[in-house]
Formats: sequence, C-alpha cells, structure tokens
Amino acid sequence: MKPRRFDYVRPDSADEAVAVLAEYGDAASVLAMLNLRLAEPAVLIDIASLKELDYIRVAGNMIEVGAAVTQNRLKDWPELAGKLPLLAAALPFVGHFQTRNKGTVCGSIAHADPSSEIPLVLATLGGEVVLRSHRGARVLAAADFQRGTLTTAREPDELIMAVRFPAQPTSRVAFREVARRHGDFAIIAVAACVEDGDTVRIGIGGVADRPAARRATIDRAAQAKDIFESLAFELKGYDDLHASARLRRDLLRRIGPVVVEEALRCAA
Amino acid sequence: MRRVNKDERTRIGFTLNGRAVAGDAESRMLLTDFLRHVIGATGTHVGCEHGVCGCCTVLIDGAAVRACLTLAVQAEGRVVTTVEALASADGALNALQQAFQRHHALQCGFCTPGILMSFTDYLARNPHPTEDEIREVLSGHLCRCTGYAGIVAAVLSVSAGSSRQRNDSASPEPTLKLESRS
Repeated sequence: MKPRRFDYVRPDSADEAVAVLAEYGDAASVLAMLNLRLAEPAVLIDIASLKELDYIRVAGNMIEVGAAVTQNRLKDWPELAGKLPLLAAALPFVGHFQTRNKGTVCGSIAHADPSSEIPLVLATLGGEVVLRSHRGARVLAAADFQRGTLTTAREPDELIMAVRFPAQPTSRVAFREVARRHGDFAIIAVAACVEDGDTVRIGIGGVADRPAARRATIDRAAQAKDIFESLAFELKGYDDLHASARLRRDLLRRIGPVVVEEALRCAA
Repeated sequence: MRRVNKDERTRIGFTLNGRAVAGDAESRMLLTDFLRHVIGATGTHVGCEHGVCGCCTVLIDGAAVRACLTLAVQAEGRVVTTVEALASADGALNALQQAFQRHHALQCGFCTPGILMSFTDYLARNPHPTEDEIREVLSGHLCRCTGYAGIVAAVLSVSAGSSRQRNDSASPEPTLKLESRS
C-alpha cells in the first residue's frame, strides 16, 4: 500500500532532530510499517543522511555504532570480525543484501522485532542503547530497553543516537537460525559466545516476545541439553503464520545445544 | 533543515541515469511511484510494496535499495540508477543483460529489472562471486517463473568470463540456447 500523509523533516543535525521530536511528540518508524499502515505517524524525521550519526567508534571496551550506520556498512567494517565476532556471524542473516544497504543498525534496535538478529546480539552481549531528547541524554541496558514485541522503553520524544556493543575478547562464537527462506524473519535464532573457560552467554530470538539472554557454566555436554529443555519450557514460544509454538520449542531443544557445542569447539 | 508538510506538494529533483529530472510530489510519495508516474520511467517495477519481492530495486548513489521503501523526497540530490541505464543508447544490451537472455534467466520479466540492478551493485563490489554468494544476493528477490537456476547461471557466466562475456566460453553451467525464429 501507500503510506498515509505525514510531514517530512530532514534535519541538518541531531540537535535539530531532537527539537523536531519535541515539537511533534513521536516519530521514528520504518518505511515498510508506513506502507502497511501499521504505523501512521504525524511526522517522519529522516536522520539517515546525518553525517554526525554515521560513525563506528571504538570507545574503551565498547564499540559504538551511530544511528545512521547501515547494516551493510557495519558488516563490511574491517575490524568487525576481530572485535565483535558474534555480530559478524549474525549480520549476514539480517534481511537481504538490498535491504541491508538502507536498513540501519539502530533502526533494527528501535523496531524491536522479537525475531531480529541485531537486538538478539545486543541482548546476548549485554550492550547499551544511547537515547537523547530535549530533556537530556540517557543510556539504557539492552535488557531494560526492549520491553516486548515492537515495544521499547524509548520515550516518544527520544531519539536513539547510538548502540554500544561490548567488544569480545574471544572468537569462540556460534550463530544459527531457522527461516523459511534466507533473510526472512527467523522462526528461531540461537547465539552463543564463550566468555572464559566454560562460561557461555546464550541468546535466543524468535521464541519469546523479546530476545532472551542467559549466562551458563557448561562443564559437561548433557548440561547444554538441560539448559535448552528448561528454556523451551520457560519461554513457551508463540504461534504465527510461520510456525507453531510447539515447533519453536522443538527447534530450540534441538538446535540450542548444537550452537553451544559449536562455540565451545572453536579455537580461542 | 528540509521540511515538507503533509498537505504540501514540493519540487523534487535528482539525477536519473545521468540526466537531471524533477517533478512535484507529496512527502508520502514512494520513489517507485515518482519514477513511474511523475517521471514516466516505467522500467522499475512495483510488486509487494513492502520490501520483500525485490522487483523495485534501484541504485541510489550506487547502492542497491528498494525504491518502494524509499520516499521520493529522500532521493533529492542523489544519483539514482534504474534498469533503463543498462543498455546503451542504441539499445544494445550490456553483458549482464545478454547473459540473462542466453541463460533463459527470465520468462515473464516482471522481477528482472530489480535483479539486474542488485547484481549491478553486487558485481561491482565482488566481481567473482561463488554460487552461494550469488544465491544469497538472489534471496532478496522473488521470481516465480525461472526457479532461479538460469539467473544463477547467467550471473556466474558474467563473473567467470569477465574479459570474454560476449561469447560466454567460460560458462561453467550448461546453457540453454534460444534461437530466434525469424
């Protein structure tokens, strides 16, 4: 379909974007949501061409990605595999080559689809979201930011300025997802990242209304199986056009332990 | 700051296939509709209108993107390239288009403009892709006629024989040759 009418604003700076947000109260959406009329905003504030938000910065232990950075730009960042191997493994699953050319990293975080890969990686690694409004700036942990399906803690007048991923000192990671077609929404996605020794960060997408992140110490193979058995029970899953809740739980039980084992098998 | 109110029509100009074009549109007008209805460039096709089918794919500043997920006003001042730019002025098809013809990579042709534009961008970044890489890019398109095999063969033939695209001697796949009946 075509979107409903809205005002269009292309600010020249983040300051202007924040001022316009304050004026209207709410904006931030994606074009597909407009075309489907799932979103009917009064104004669309186009920050895609703001140079000041188009940066990838290493700040101490964090990799900060500005709001105008596209998914393909981050995927092609030469330091990605060294600093964020889990994100490097997950980014090829985000949409398609053609949508990653325009879709942004922060846009995916803002959209908060429960089966999206970037929010899953942010939750798994324990990253942060940087928000700004005319009232000031604040930083939220990933777990506090995403509240449910397409729902976040962002206030209507807040702009997502950047997301921060903690750099990983390991290359022991694994990522798998099940989708009907490569690049489609994941029916389930599982991420694993070995911290040190046998401690593994586990992330699960597509099963609950938001990514689930856990830390577990795995010192015997059967343990991973037990963890995913109880996670499947706890997260329940949901029915939709693509899969039943039961299939989601079953896939989680079968694929979860494989992903953890893959990560543990990787050379450090 | 550029501002277009919702009930206002504004002048939008950009470079289309090397030529300056301009027209009036509301802020909500999609680039697909602007290209087809305002400019009259109907090579870009419109399928699903929510970014899934890929047939509206065009290049903006060289990058393949969905025109249906781009507002016309967002193209302002940019360089837009559509399927009309591929053949030369006398109508001679370029190497990729010829390969599509040779390998029967299209039947009804509805999805073809988008696929050609995707690979125009992708082959510029990665001139010698593997079959898996080609299929990954192709996952961003829906084609209901070909079963994709001909499209993969066409792109492989162009990338494998980059210096001898025209005679196609380097094609690793058996090709389906179509003779025209005159």
